[in-house]
Amino acid sequence: MSAPTMTAKTLTAPTSANEPVQFYDLDEHAHPEGHSTMLGFWIYLMSDCLIFAILFACYAVLGGSYAAGPAPKDLFDLKLIALNTAMLLFSSITYGFAVLQMQQGKVRGVQIWLAVTALFGLAFLGIELYEFHHLIEIGAGPQRSAFLSSFFTLVGTHGLHVTFGIIWLVTLMFQLSKHGLIAANKRRVMCLSMFWHFLDVVWIGVFTFVYLMGVLR
Amino acid sequence: MTPHPAPETGPILGKLSLEALPLHEPILVITFIGVVLGGIAVLGLITKYRLWGYLWTEWFTTVDHKRIGIMYMILGLIMFLRGFADAIMMRLQQAMAFGGSEGYLTPHHYDQVFTAHGVIMIFFVAMPFITGLMNYVVPLQIGARDVSFPFLNNFSFWMTTAGAVLTMVSLFIGEYAQTGWLAYPPLSGIAYSPNVGVDYYIWGLQIAGVGTTLSGINLIVTILKLRAPGMGLMKMPVFTWTSLCANILIVASFPILTATLVLLTLDRYVGTNFFTNDLGGSPMMYVNLIWIWGHPEVYILVLPLFGVFSEVTSTFSGKRLFGYTSMVYATICITILSYLVWLHHFFTMGSGASVNSFFGITTMVISIPTGAKLFNWLFTMYRGRIRFELPMMWTVAFMLTFVIGGMTGVLLAVPPADFVLHNSLFLIAHFHNVIIGGVLFGLFAAINYWWPKAFGYKLDVFWGKISFWCWVVGFWVAFTPLYILGLMGVTRRMRVFDDPSLQIWFVIAGIGALIVAAGIGSMLIQFGVSIWRRKELRDTTGGDPWDGRTLEWATSSPPPDYNFAFTPVIHDLDAWYDMKSRGHQRPVGGYRDIHMPSNTGTGMILSGFCLVMGFALVWHIWWLVALSFAATIVGAIYHTFNYKRDFDIPAATVTAVEEARTRQLAAGA
Repeated sequence: MSAPTMTAKTLTAPTSANEPVQFYDLDEHAHPEGHSTMLGFWIYLMSDCLIFAILFACYAVLGGSYAAGPAPKDLFDLKLIALNTAMLLFSSITYGFAVLQMQQGKVRGVQIWLAVTALFGLAFLGIELYEFHHLIEIGAGPQRSAFLSSFFTLVGTHGLHVTFGIIWLVTLMFQLSKHGLIAANKRRVMCLSMFWHFLDVVWIGVFTFVYLMGVLR
Repeated sequence: MTPHPAPETGPILGKLSLEALPLHEPILVITFIGVVLGGIAVLGLITKYRLWGYLWTEWFTTVDHKRIGIMYMILGLIMFLRGFADAIMMRLQQAMAFGGSEGYLTPHHYDQVFTAHGVIMIFFVAMPFITGLMNYVVPLQIGARDVSFPFLNNFSFWMTTAGAVLTMVSLFIGEYAQTGWLAYPPLSGIAYSPNVGVDYYIWGLQIAGVGTTLSGINLIVTILKLRAPGMGLMKMPVFTWTSLCANILIVASFPILTATLVLLTLDRYVGTNFFTNDLGGSPMMYVNLIWIWGHPEVYILVLPLFGVFSEVTSTFSGKRLFGYTSMVYATICITILSYLVWLHHFFTMGSGASVNSFFGITTMVISIPTGAKLFNWLFTMYRGRIRFELPMMWTVAFMLTFVIGGMTGVLLAVPPADFVLHNSLFLIAHFHNVIIGGVLFGLFAAINYWWPKAFGYKLDVFWGKISFWCWVVGFWVAFTPLYILGLMGVTRRMRVFDDPSLQIWFVIAGIGALIVAAGIGSMLIQFGVSIWRRKELRDTTGGDPWDGRTLEWATSSPPPDYNFAFTPVIHDLDAWYDMKSRGHQRPVGGYRDIHMPSNTGTGMILSGFCLVMGFALVWHIWWLVALSFAATIVGAIYHTFNYKRDFDIPAATVTAVEEARTRQLAAGA
């Protein structure tokens, strides 16, 4: 396990006596700015993923506790949810287009695709809010049963993430128009990209385990 | 038992009114007067000596990992005094309340005291201490100039502090939770805890938890990305290894605490039914979730100290650590196993024999890697030239104390035995045995070991030894009676007792607590005397007073802002020992500009907004919640528009600092 790294190999103790051991890097170059940001952001996403894991686990435990109230079959409109899912999936594709434009160095293109992504995100949120409003109106609010508590919390936490994603998106569009595609901004676009696709992955879990399997059982 | 009904909610002040001030509790009123007078004195002195500017530019806004580390340690120390005051109050109450006496604490007050004691000691003493230690030492040990995300580091510190402040505010405005340190529902639900105590608990922990999680991410990335060239993972110092594992545990467990507390919050604020008794809720789920965080948490606390003991044993035995590789793998094993034992905290909850057996066995298995570590330390000492300096004394005390604590833990891991001992004072004695014997003794070893690095002079030995003996003797006098009482079936958290034959044990435990108090007092005197006599105690070796083995001893004490003028290159484990034994030459010229992060006040300001938001949430002051939330978001966004976050230390400055050190080394030699 103690295999030396490449750098170590070149700098390691000399084999011939006339070559001195080097203990300091005298010709040092500063680390490029933000070189660990992607790793840090990735680890943050994994910690966020754990929050969702707990919410999924709660839903798995409490999802059948209807307390003599409505069950998924009575509540979920799969057509509406399919439309909602499509909105979020499209937004991931358009974000991908924004990143492609960034790689070609086109600020304008990035901004246009980010705007389209934001619109899809807003449409997703709009449909979700409509669904929540409808459920609360017919007496199936989060207080009704443990099933509905865990449903609203899981789906609502995802929605909250999308909301913050959109705020970040708009902020980033301002920063792009102010400074263009400088290294810092490119890094931010990539971080938000990870965040956005992460939310997409979580939603696929929600769609499968909450909505599809909910209607089946 | 609630003293007064939940107050009405007004539009301006929410639930807050003059009734929230605990004017009917003389103890609190006197404490409050003391705090106000002390606070005025401190603020007055700072103003008199015109230190505000210095504190702001050099400390509050700093992004230097060393200064942030020291600030964490100060936070931990202050909160430790508060947590210990709670402990003394409990010991006094329990020693008094016999033969019809009610003691001197009302049930409402006593229940807050034991809750606050647990919460403060874990979240606002042990956590800041270990985070501060890791912050200070890890970048130096890996030859880095700072952590990966210096601004985030400052922000994390201030969030932890904001959580601590909110918890302290509850002492004088309103009340704290009366639920025990993990706030099990349904007791912590709105039906049985309608007042603000549990809300203080929730928001204090949530705000501090943000800081803890972010600092965990920061240190993982720092260790993975910023190691000096040549330092492969298996050439990292053991303290860095244990820190890495502890931070992985932080990132993998604190989100669980966050999510669990969010669910409890929703139950209390929105009326959901996660942990309620009716409408399908499951209080047992809370107990599972909180311990899925809680058990890794105890390893978060102790793992870095295992690293400290490794460094100390090897340094003061003058030997390479015995079994480095097995030490690393033992640490990793503990990291993984710590997720597979949580159910042993509630064997009695009725999970059935098979489940209990599984968790009983995993719990016993975890003692194997821990035992391996202990043998490694012993074999490191074997045939070593041991110097019994203070850090080594604390390490030996740890070994003796912790082994007994560990063995009582293995007793509790047997489910049938646990059915008898569950929730008894035996359990209390056990976990204080491992936390004080492991975490606190380790911290004291670490403080005595690294103090000369941080400040350039050693700690006074005389007062250090007095503190040491008071602590070790006091600990055993205080907790052996609790083992005995626990075996007799006395349960925890009792306020009054009927059986007069038990009183003598509580009196002995109280005497033990007083001896510990003398230990704490001696330690404060030790700090004071050492600061006073710092010229005599000055380290004349140019930064390596203990003949150390790892990289932090390669630079001056205290280290310059940039830590190392040239990044060291690592060829062997115990890099600094290797450099010394192969006659390295410290470069004395050719310095370059060094790129460093700039200070910023954003972290403190954002945490201030979060503190206000926490307070407003506790008291249901909704307009203030909205305002402070908006301020936090806008402030964070504003911060992202600042692209110039670093500067260069000019080569001339580096040259001046390093030449001063060259002269100092020449004078010392």
